[in-house]
Amino acid sequence: MEHYISLLTKAVFVENILLAYFLGMCSFLAISKKVDTSIGLGLAVTFVLTITAPANWAIHHYFLQKGALSWAGFPNVDLSFLNFIVFIAVIAAMVQLVEMIMDRFSSTLYHNLGIFLPLIAVNCSILGGSLFLVERDYTFIESTVFGFGSGLGWFLAIASMASIRYRLRYSNVPAKLRGLGITMLLTGLLSMAFMAFSGIDL
Amino acid sequence: MALFSKKSKVVLNDPLMNNNPITLQVLGICSALAVTVKMDTAVVMTLAVVAVLSVSNTVIAMLRNFIPSKVRIIVQLAVIASLVILTDQILQAYMYDISKQLSVFVGLIITNCIVMGRAEAFAMQNPPGKSFLDGLGNGLGYGMILIAVSFFRELLGSGTVFGFQIIPDSFYAAGYENMGLMVLSPGAFIILGLIVWVQRIVAKIEED
Repeated sequence: MEHYISLLTKAVFVENILLAYFLGMCSFLAISKKVDTSIGLGLAVTFVLTITAPANWAIHHYFLQKGALSWAGFPNVDLSFLNFIVFIAVIAAMVQLVEMIMDRFSSTLYHNLGIFLPLIAVNCSILGGSLFLVERDYTFIESTVFGFGSGLGWFLAIASMASIRYRLRYSNVPAKLRGLGITMLLTGLLSMAFMAFSGIDL
Repeated sequence: MALFSKKSKVVLNDPLMNNNPITLQVLGICSALAVTVKMDTAVVMTLAVVAVLSVSNTVIAMLRNFIPSKVRIIVQLAVIASLVILTDQILQAYMYDISKQLSVFVGLIITNCIVMGRAEAFAMQNPPGKSFLDGLGNGLGYGMILIAVSFFRELLGSGTVFGFQIIPDSFYAAGYENMGLMVLSPGAFIILGLIVWVQRIVAKIEED
C-alpha cells in the first residue's frame, strides 16, 4: 500500500507530467485562459488517463510485448513496434466510448466535460502516460495509480495556471510579452515551485 | 515546375519567422521542451519531426480527395502513426543511444499538434508539392526554436555545445559554476518564454 501512495505522490507532485515532462502543453496553453473550462478539461484528462493507462497496459502485456502471444501459440512474436498505433487507437476509441456512456447516463457531466473529450484524444499527456508505463515496466495496479496520479497532477497544474492568469489581467505586462511569453515564464516559476517537492519520499 | 516559384518560397519561409509553429501558432510545445537539455538530441528530434511532417503532409495532400471528411482525423492519425513507427525503428537501428535518450518523445510526435495541425489546416486543401514545402518549412521553424532553446540550455547548464566544452577551465577555477536550473525543466520554460518575447519584438507581433 505504501508503495502505491508513494507512486501517487511522485506522479502528482515530483514528476508532474506537465511541469516536469512537458506533456499536454498545447491544450494547457490554449485552455488555461479560463478557470471553469480548465477545471473541466483537467477532470476529463484525469478520467481518461485513469482508464486508458490500465487498458493500454493490458494490451501491451497480453498482445504486443515480446512473447506475449505465447498463449495463442506464437511464443516468438514481438509486436511491440505496433505500440504507438495501437495505443493511439485505444485512446481514441476509449474517448469515444466514455463520451457515449456519459451521454447516456449523466447528462450534466456530459454537458460539462463533453466539449473537451474530443480534444483529449490528441493530448500528449494521455499517450505519454501509456508510453511511460511501458518504458518503466509498471504492473497493472501501478499503472492505474500512475495514470490517476498523472491526471491529477495535470489537473492541479492547469487549475493553478488558470487562476494565476486570471489575476494577471490586472497587472501591467510588457506588450510583446503578453500571451504566450508571460505564460511560459509563469509555467517556469510554477515548475520551480513544484520542484520543491522533489526529495520527498514516502 | 512551380515548386520554386515565389509563392512556394513564401510557403517555405513564412513558418520560419512570421508564422513560426511554436512561438506564434503555439503548436507542438510538448515535445519541444523535453528534448532540449542537450543539442544532439534536439537536432535528432528536429530531423525526425521534419521527416514525419513533410512526408505526412505530402501523403495526406495526395489522399485529400479520397478521405471522407467524417473519418479524416482517424485517417490522418493512421498516416502519421505509421510514419512515426518507421522513424522510431530507423532511430533504434542506427542511433540507438540517442533513441534511448529521446525515449517516449519520438512516439509523442504522433500527438504533436504541429503534425495534425498542418495536416488539417494546410494539406487537406493544397496539392502535394506545396504541402511538402509547408511541412518542410514548419518542421524547420519548429527545429529552429528547439535548437535555440537547447543551445542556451546546454551552454548555460553544462558549459558545452554538442558535447564540446566551451567555457574554459580557467573560468571554473575562478569560481564560475554551471547553472543547474537550466538542466531542469523550469529552465526550458523560462528560455522559451524569453525567446518568444524577443521573437515578437523582432517580428513586431502583438497579442492582446
